[in-house]
Amino acid sequence: MTGPALIFDKPNAYIGQSTPRADTNRLLEGRGRFVDDIQLPRMLHAAFLRSPYAHAEIRGLDTSAAKAAPGVVRVLTGADLEGVVEPYVGVLTHLKGLRSAPQMPLAVDRARWQGEPLAMVLARSRAEAEDAAALIEADLDPIPAACDAETALDPDAPVIHPEFGSNLAWERLVDVGDVDAAFARDDVQVVSRTLRFGRHTGVTLETRAAVAEYDPSEDRLTFHYSGQAPHMMQFIFAKHLGLAEENVRVVANDVGGSFGIKIHTYGDEVATAAAAKLLGRPVKFVADRYESFLSDIHARDHVVEARMAVDKAGKIVALDFDDLTGIGPYSMYPRTSAIEANQVLNLTGAPYDLENYRARGRVVFQNKNMMCQYRAVGHPIAMAICDGLLEDAAAKIGMDVVEMRRVNLMRDDSYPRASASGMKLDDLSHQKALNVLVETMGYDALRAEQAELRARGVYRGIGFVSMVEVTNPSPMFYGIGGAPIASQDGATVRLDAGGGLRVSSSVTEQGQGTNAILAQIAAGVFGVPIERVTVTTGDTDTVPYGGGTWASRGAGIGGEAMLQAAHALKEQVLEVAAVMLQSDAATLDIQNGSVVDGSGARMTLSDLARTVYYRGNELPSDLKPELIATRHYRVTDFPFVFTNGAMAAHVEVDTETGLVKVLNFWAVEDCGRVINPKLVDEQVRGGVVQGIGGALYEECIYSEDGQLMNATMADYLVPMAVEMPDIVVRHVETPTKTSVLGAKGAGEAGTGGAPAAVMNAVNDALRPLGATLWQMPMTPERILKALGKV
Amino acid sequence: MKPADFRYARPATLDEALTLMAGEGEIAALAGGQSLMPMMNFRIAQPEVLVDLNAVADLAGVTEMDGTVRIGAMTRYSDLARHDVLARLPLVARALPHVAHPSIRNRGTLGGSLALADPAAELPAVALALGAKVHLASTHGTRSVAADDFFQGLYETDRAEDELVTAIDLPAATAQETYGFHEVARRHGDYAMAGVALTRRDDGLRIAFFSVSDRPVRAKAAETVLRDDPTKLDLAIEALDEIDFTGDLNGGPDMKRHLAGVVLRRAWAEVLA
Repeated sequence: MTGPALIFDKPNAYIGQSTPRADTNRLLEGRGRFVDDIQLPRMLHAAFLRSPYAHAEIRGLDTSAAKAAPGVVRVLTGADLEGVVEPYVGVLTHLKGLRSAPQMPLAVDRARWQGEPLAMVLARSRAEAEDAAALIEADLDPIPAACDAETALDPDAPVIHPEFGSNLAWERLVDVGDVDAAFARDDVQVVSRTLRFGRHTGVTLETRAAVAEYDPSEDRLTFHYSGQAPHMMQFIFAKHLGLAEENVRVVANDVGGSFGIKIHTYGDEVATAAAAKLLGRPVKFVADRYESFLSDIHARDHVVEARMAVDKAGKIVALDFDDLTGIGPYSMYPRTSAIEANQVLNLTGAPYDLENYRARGRVVFQNKNMMCQYRAVGHPIAMAICDGLLEDAAAKIGMDVVEMRRVNLMRDDSYPRASASGMKLDDLSHQKALNVLVETMGYDALRAEQAELRARGVYRGIGFVSMVEVTNPSPMFYGIGGAPIASQDGATVRLDAGGGLRVSSSVTEQGQGTNAILAQIAAGVFGVPIERVTVTTGDTDTVPYGGGTWASRGAGIGGEAMLQAAHALKEQVLEVAAVMLQSDAATLDIQNGSVVDGSGARMTLSDLARTVYYRGNELPSDLKPELIATRHYRVTDFPFVFTNGAMAAHVEVDTETGLVKVLNFWAVEDCGRVINPKLVDEQVRGGVVQGIGGALYEECIYSEDGQLMNATMADYLVPMAVEMPDIVVRHVETPTKTSVLGAKGAGEAGTGGAPAAVMNAVNDALRPLGATLWQMPMTPERILKALGKV
Repeated sequence: MKPADFRYARPATLDEALTLMAGEGEIAALAGGQSLMPMMNFRIAQPEVLVDLNAVADLAGVTEMDGTVRIGAMTRYSDLARHDVLARLPLVARALPHVAHPSIRNRGTLGGSLALADPAAELPAVALALGAKVHLASTHGTRSVAADDFFQGLYETDRAEDELVTAIDLPAATAQETYGFHEVARRHGDYAMAGVALTRRDDGLRIAFFSVSDRPVRAKAAETVLRDDPTKLDLAIEALDEIDFTGDLNGGPDMKRHLAGVVLRRAWAEVLA
C-alpha cells in the first residue's frame, strides 16, 4: 500500500518511541472511572441466585420471602424475562453445521451449569440483594450431567439439549495431501502423543460490571460496562430488548483488563439491562470474584490425539491430529464457542513447510461453565501440538531442536504463500526470528551448562516454539458468518480552536495502552506535541462505528484508521494555511503545533483555527475549511494479518517435589512496525506470563459432578511476580504491506507461544529420566506421576 | 460476597470478651480476620455475633520468664517477626516468612491461627514441634493445654465454644537446640503442598508435619528412629506410614506421602548442618 511515507521521519514523529501513557497519572492517582464508581440517583443493585448444580430441572422458584426482605424492590426469574428478552443463539453461518440452543439470561426450566443465573434480586444495596437471594427457595431436581468432554459423546451420556440427539456442537475436518501414505512410508519415524489442556480463565483485575439506565420517555437505554466491543453490545441490546439501535448507548470507560473475557454476551449483564428497562430505574451489577470464576468464560479444555512423521533428515512428512474440546452447555453468543477449535485446525503447523496435514476438530456440549474466546484463541493448543511433537521427534531421531526447525520452517523469502491448512501468509520472518533468539539466549552455552548440571543431578530443560499469531482480522473472522461485529474501525481527528487535537476511535482501551498509541499516531502524523492530543474511545454515542478491541486489532486496524484520518486532516489544514499564507500547500508542513515552511514557523495552529472558527470573514468565500476528518480502515486481500515469533524457555525441574522453576524466557516477536516499544514489550511479557500460567499454574478444577472446586484467588493459581523469570524481548520488524502504518498485532503472541515453549523445556528436562508429560498445567503432582514417584 | 447479617461487639477487656463469648447463639471471635472474614463473605461462616478482639489490649504482647516465651494470642505475625524475642525462637523466625504474604501477616495473629487450626498453616505445626502450651480462658476460669492435645481434627481443637485462646507458651531455645523447617509450595506465600517443622533438644526430638493430613501431626515413629540414630533417615521416612495422609487440590494422599519424605529429608539436612 502506498501513502504518506514521510510520516515516520518527522521531528515529532512519535511512532516508534516509548512515549509515556497519558492516562498513567490519572489511574495511579485513583482518578480512574470504572463501572463500580458510577453512582446514579435511584440506582438499584443486583445479586443473582446461581445454580448450585451442574444439571438440574427447575421445579419452582419461590421468591415470596425474598420479595419481602428489607430493601428489595423486585425479584426476577427466567419466566419473568420471557417476552422481555428475545432468546439468543450462538451460531455463525460460516461455521457450517454449528448448533446451539436458544439461551435466556436467567435459566428457564433447566439449569445447565453450576453458576448459571436462575434469579435476580434488585435491592437498595448489594448486601440486601444477597441476603434476599439467599431466601429464594429453589426447588431444583439434580439430573445426570455430562461434565467430562471426553465422555460427553458416549452413547449413554446425558444429552444436554435433547432436541439435538447428542452433545456434538460442531465438527470440522481438514485433510491435505496424502497423510496415510506419508505415515506408511518405511523411511519415517513416528511420534504420537495425547495432549491435554486444562480449563483456565482470564481473571481480570476489574471483574465484569454493568450499570444500565433506561429512560422510558425516549425509549433509550444507556449501558455502562467493563468491556471491549461497545458497538457489538449496542446491536445485541437493541435486538434482544426490542429497542431501536440508535436508542442504545454503550459506554466503556476505564476497563481493568479483559483478555477476551469481556467480549461476550453474559446472562447477568443482559438481565441487568432488562431489569433497568422493566423497572425504569438504573441497575448496577458488579460480579464478585466467586461469580467471576463461575460465570466468566473459561478457555481451552482440549484433548488432542496427535502424531507426526519425520524422515531421517528431520523433515516433517506428515501431521495428523484429532482435537476434542468441551465448551459448556451452549455456544457463547455471538462469537460462538467453535472459533477456538477452528483456530486450532487453521493454525497448527502454520510456521512450517507441511504437505500432508489432517486435522479433525470436535466441539462438544458439557455441563460446565461456558468456554469461549480468550487471549490467543486456539494458539496455545496449535503451537503445543506441532512444536511439542517436533521436539519429541527431534529427541527420537537424535537431532537438535533448533536444527530441526531450520529444516522445516518456511523460508523468509518464500512469501506470499499459504499454510497447509490454506491460511494466506505474507511478510513473515521465522528464520530471522529463530536466529535472533538463538543468539540472544546464548544457546550453545546453555546446552553445555545443561549437560554439565545433569551430571550433577540438576535437571534443566530448554524448550522452543516457533509460532504464528492471528492479528488484524478482516470480515472473514466474524462478519461473513452473520455476527454483528465490525471488522473495520474508524477514527476522527478534530482541530479545536486552541490548537489541540481531539481524536476518537472505535477501538477500545482496557489497560493495554491503545489510547496512548492512538495519541502517538495522531500527534506524529498530524504534527502537534502529544500533550495536545485528547483521546476518546468506548462510547457508541461519540466515536466512529467499529469493532472494538479483540484479536490484536487495536494498533493494526484502529491505528491505521487514525493515521489516515490525521493525514487527511493535515492536508485539509494545509489547504487553508496555503490560502492564509498565500503559499503553495506543497511547500508547507505542520510541526510542533505550527504550520511551517522551509524558513520556519509561519503560523500556529491555534491562530489558524481561531481565524477559521471566529473570523471566517477574513477567508475567501469559496474556501470551505474542514478542520475535522474521519477515516475508516479494514483489512482487504487477507483474512488475517499473521505475525510470527520465536520463543524459548529455560526451566529447572525439582524431580523430588515436581516443582518447575522458569529460569529464563526469551521472546523474539515480529509484529511489523513497533509503535511504542515499551507497550509492545509489556504486551509480550504479560502474554508470556499468562502463557506460563496456563502451562504451570492455572486450572479450573471440576469435581466429577461438575462443581468448580477452586473458585477463589487462594486456590486458583494465577502466576505471581515472584515465580516469574526475567523475560527478554527482542523484535524483528517486518511491516505488513496491507497498511501504511505497517503494524500487526502484538497482544497475544506470548500467551499463544509460551505454553509450548515451557512444555518443551519441561520435557527436555525430564527425558533423561525416561519421562515426559503432555498435560497442562504441568503441576507437581502430574510431574511426579510422570516420573513414577507417586 | 457479602456476609450474612451478624451482631458486632468490640469489647475492651478480656472479661468483657469472655462474657460475650458465653452468650447465646453462634458466636465467632474475630482476631486478624484473614480466614474468618473470607469465610463469612462466602457465607460458609454465618455467626450471629462477632466478638472483635482487636481492642482487647491485654491479649497482645510478648513476655519472657524462666526460659519460656509467652506470646499473647492477638500478637500479629508481623509484630512477632520484628520482635527481639525471635532470637530465642529460631524455628518461629524460620517459619514466619513462609506464612502467606506481608499484608496477611500484618493482620493475622498467632492465636487466631492456632484457634482455627488450618491443617495447612505453618504456626500450628511449629507450636507442635516446639511442644507449646496453649492458654485458654472462659467465664468458668482458665486452663492450659499442650499443643499435642490441642489439635483434634480438621479445624477442630480442644477449645470449647465459649473459650478464647489467650496466650501461647513456647520454650526458648537452648544453646544445644537445633531445628529444621521445610515446606514446598506452588507459589511463594501459598499454603504449602507439604511442610515440616522439627526441633532436636537434649530431651528429645519433635517432628510436626503440616498440609499432609487433617491437622498438624507429629511423626512419633520417625522421631524414635532419628533420636536413636540420626543417620537412619531412610528408615525414618519409611516410618511416616504412621501418618493418616489426606489429599487436597494439590494432590492425593500418595503425593502427600511422597512429599512428606522429601520435606523431612531437606529439614533434617538443616538439623545436621
